Amino acid sequence: MEEKIDYIKLASNKPKGKRPYFHDDPAVERVLNITMAIAGELAVMRERMDSIERLLEKKGVVTREEIETFVPENKEQEEQRQTWHAEYIGRVLRIVQQEQEELENPDKSLEEIANDINEM
Amino acid sequence: MSTRNLPPVYNKIAQHAVFPEMNHDERARYNFLANLNKHLAHVSQGNKVAFENRVAPQFEKEHGRKMTSTEELKEAISKDSHYQIWSSLRRSTMEMRQQAGRSIVLRQAVELRDKAKNLNKGKDSLILDDNVQVPPYLLACDNHIMPGSYHTELIEGDVTPAANYDTGLFVTTAGLLGRYSDGGGKAIVSWVKKTYPDFNPKRILDIGCGMGHNVLPIAKAFPDAEVIGIDTGAPMLRYAHARAMDLGITNVKFMQMDAAKTSFEDESFDWVQSTMFFHETGGKAIYNIMNEVHRVLKPKGLTLHIEQPQYTDDMSLFEKFIRDWDALYNNEPYWSKMHDIEPVDLMKSSGFKEEDFMQIGAKAENDLDDGSQKADEPEDHGRSPIWNVFGAIKN
Repeated sequence: MEEKIDYIKLASNKPKGKRPYFHDDPAVERVLNITMAIAGELAVMRERMDSIERLLEKKGVVTREEIETFVPENKEQEEQRQTWHAEYIGRVLRIVQQEQEELENPDKSLEEIANDINEM
Repeated sequence: MSTRNLPPVYNKIAQHAVFPEMNHDERARYNFLANLNKHLAHVSQGNKVAFENRVAPQFEKEHGRKMTSTEELKEAISKDSHYQIWSSLRRSTMEMRQQAGRSIVLRQAVELRDKAKNLNKGKDSLILDDNVQVPPYLLACDNHIMPGSYHTELIEGDVTPAANYDTGLFVTTAGLLGRYSDGGGKAIVSWVKKTYPDFNPKRILDIGCGMGHNVLPIAKAFPDAEVIGIDTGAPMLRYAHARAMDLGITNVKFMQMDAAKTSFEDESFDWVQSTMFFHETGGKAIYNIMNEVHRVLKPKGLTLHIEQPQYTDDMSLFEKFIRDWDALYNNEPYWSKMHDIEPVDLMKSSGFKEEDFMQIGAKAENDLDDGSQKADEPEDHGRSPIWNVFGAIKN
């Protein structure tokens, strides 16, 4: 028997027995599952930050109070922070933006474009 | 006392020599999932409101009558948006729990195997038997949606199914089974000692022992008894034995056997126990196993079986339905059928007498309970460690 196993793939294996879907459209369920996995990873990251902050305080590097009350100290820092938020939201809500762009400026399908190009 | 209802942090779980190594993120992932499970128990309360306020009235409007079966209820509620989101989140949480557990244990499968192997080496108290077949009811689907279930071996001498199970019980029950997940075994020991103070069993059998978490409290409480745990899953038994060795409990043997056909002599045990076992068997097997329990039990011997709560006639259709959710959607399918059998009839069919039948309620003994879990908690149907125990004295 093989000793080295592909644990990343195996960890996400499907159990035997057909998976139930509860929403009318299975796509909703799929997106929900991906979203919840990401929500979980965000919680994991938050817990890690909590550990880091507490260790920094314990070692006298910085107090949690200092972290809690920290605000940007100059214009550059303010902009860096707000830029990060804007980029982050843009990434997360990409599909909403794209649907809005499509609404404002309806596109041809790629099949239609292929036919068009075929004539070019 | 906090009014918030928080699960204990994962690092409170008891460690032992075969417990998987877990890093910071892996513990954090389990903390998230335990909290999510607890949160969803509250979301589940909305199902009853949705049922009463819109599902049932809509059904009555359409059909001119009330619902009469759980099948009708299932059909109607499956279109309700609250039920849909709760169900999909609950299923998703269970899948994430399996993924998280397996990603912990599979990355160290070889190390865990070797740790178990070292603890088990040269001991005659672990008896595996290649000829024992996994019963068909365990092959039909992967119980608890654990990919590979209790028996699949990914490497030679694998223990990862048990290691995964061991890490995750804490998460599914939000810590309510205690540090060693042994709240069921402890509860039964307390009840037996209180009810039968003079009972001094010499030989005890635990059927479907899995990773041995509920048999160890029994072995510890009766140190002079010879205790035997049986299961068909070799990975479970290897891990159970290594775990028992490390925890210093040496009066328990783990043997690979099918509970429906053991090799034990007639009337050779004073006590035969099972904990959350029968609902993971099958419609014919359950009778065969109970026959075997009766056969191996000595006259005046005790048998007890911790199970899911019984359905009663006064239980509402809704409660019956929601209690069955895990049966179908967390892959414990026989549980949905076992309700049709009255435990007293099951026991009578094997030769126990009606007047010797007993049935009691039990709740897990939780050594992690520090009072912070007591605030107004709804029962998480199918998960809360509140059980029905049935059994008999053999006369």
